[in-house]
Amino acid sequence: MADLTTLHYTAEHEWIAVDGDVATIGITDYAAQQLGDVVFVELPSPGSTVTAGQVCGEIESTKSVGELYAPASGEVVEVNEDVVADPSVVNTDAFGSGWLIKLRIDGASLGDTLDRAGYLALTGGDA
Amino acid sequence: MTGPRYTPLRDRHEALGAAFTDFGGWMMPVRYSSDLAEHHAVRQAAGLFDISHMAEFDVEGADAAAFLDYALAGRVSAMAVGKAKYSLVLAESGGIVDDVIVYRLGEHRYLVIANAGNREAVARALTARVADYRGADTGRDVSVEDVSDAFALIAVQGPAARGILEALDDIADLDRPLSELPYYAAAQGRFRQWPLLVARTGYTGEDGFELLVPAEAAGDLWDALLSAGEPHGLVPAGLAARDTLRLEAGMPLYGHELSLDIVPAQAGLGRVVAADKEDFVGRTGLDTVDAGDAPVLVGLVGEGRRAGRAGYEVFDGDERVGEITSGALSPTLGHPIAMAFVAPAAAVPGTPLTIDVRGTRLPVTVAALPFYRRAH
Repeated sequence: MADLTTLHYTAEHEWIAVDGDVATIGITDYAAQQLGDVVFVELPSPGSTVTAGQVCGEIESTKSVGELYAPASGEVVEVNEDVVADPSVVNTDAFGSGWLIKLRIDGASLGDTLDRAGYLALTGGDA
Repeated sequence: MTGPRYTPLRDRHEALGAAFTDFGGWMMPVRYSSDLAEHHAVRQAAGLFDISHMAEFDVEGADAAAFLDYALAGRVSAMAVGKAKYSLVLAESGGIVDDVIVYRLGEHRYLVIANAGNREAVARALTARVADYRGADTGRDVSVEDVSDAFALIAVQGPAARGILEALDDIADLDRPLSELPYYAAAQGRFRQWPLLVARTGYTGEDGFELLVPAEAAGDLWDALLSAGEPHGLVPAGLAARDTLRLEAGMPLYGHELSLDIVPAQAGLGRVVAADKEDFVGRTGLDTVDAGDAPVLVGLVGEGRRAGRAGYEVFDGDERVGEITSGALSPTLGHPIAMAFVAPAAAVPGTPLTIDVRGTRLPVTVAALPFYRRAH
C-alpha cells in the first residue's frame, strides 16, 4: 500500500500518486465501502487521452454505478488488467493492487486536490 | 415527520459495524461486511435480516374478514386460521397503493404487514375504508389499529433457517411444530416470556421465517438467533443483499415494479385479484382500465458483467419498448438480470431486445420470472 499521506485526493474520492510525470489513480477505501462489492470496472484504453474533470471510466457494484473522473489530463499509459479481471481487488486493496489507471501528465496539470487531512475532513474521518 | 427513524435493533447493527442507508424514512443496515458474502450466505446457509421498519396493522372484529374482502384485492375470508396470503391494497383507479401480506391469526383477527414507505398510505386507506364499510350500518364490527411501533420483525432466510429456529430453546409453545408449518403459514407461540408469531414467509426466494415479537424483545431475539445460527453459517444481512436476492427471486419492490400507476395484471399479479368478489375497492377502476396495450413486467437476461439499472431504456431494434425497473449483476447466476416493463408485443420469453446502458446498447433476452428458483 502507498503511504497515504503522500497521496493527492479529489472530492470525487480518487487518490493520485505522482511519480515523475506518471500519475497512478485509484478510488479510496471510503469510496469502495460506499459502493459495496465492486463487480465490474470499465477503464479507458491504453494510449487514449483523458481530460481533467471528465468521466473516463465506470465502477459498478451490485448496488450501484460509480463514475471514475480523470483528476488530470493526460495519456493513459497503463490500465490495471488484474482489476478488470477481478474487480473485488478494489474493495480489498483500494490503495494498493486495486489501482486503476496510470496517466502521463504534465506535472502542472494536476488541478485542485486535497491532502490527506483535507480528504479525511471531507469524509468525516473515514479513509 | 421528523428525522430518520431507527428500529429497536439500532445498537445491534452499530455494534456489528453496519453501514446504514435511508430506506422509506428509516435508517437501515445496507450491509455488515460484504453485499456478495451476505447474498451467498442466504443462498447457501442463512441470513438474518432486521425488517422491523415494515408496518403492521391489527384488523379485528366479527366482520374483519368481510371488511378485508372489501378493502383488499384478494379474498381473505377464504383463508384458514394460521395461513398467510400475499395481497394488494388497490386505489379506486385500480393502481397499487401497496403490496401486503395478510395473516389470519384467529377467526376474527388478522394482521396486515405493509411496506415501511407505505405505512401512512396504507393507514389512510384502511381507516377510510373502515368508515366506508361501516357506512350508516353501526352494527358492523371491525377495527383497524396501526401497531407498527409496538412490534419488531426479524427474518431468518436460507436453507439452514429451520434448523436454526429448531436449535433455539427459547422458542416454546408453538401451536404447530416448524416441521409441519407449510409455506405461507404462521404458528403462534412464545419467545421466552414474549408472544411470538413465526411465519414461513420471506423475500429472498429461499425457505425461511419471519418472526414477529414485541419491540422490547427484539434485541434478545436477535442475539439468540445469531448465537443459535452461528454454527449453521448464519450471518446478519443488509438491504443490499435483500435487494439482489429478491430480484433473483422475481419478487416486486414497491416504487420499482409496483406503483399507483400500475394495475395488478401489468405486474403479473392478476391472480391476486379476486375479481369474482361482490365488491372491493379498486374494482371499478380495474373494470374501466384497458390493460391490453399497457406495458407488462418481464425478466431480462444479459451477458457479461454490465447490468442494466432502474430507469434504463429497453429497445426492440430502434423502437423504444420499455424501461428497466430493477437490475443487477446476479450474484448467484453470474450474469446480469433485470425486471422491466415492456410493450406486450416484446414480452414473449426468448425475444431478443437491447438495453441502453449509459450510451451503449447491450443485448438482452426476455426471460420468464423468477430468474432463480431454489431446489426443493
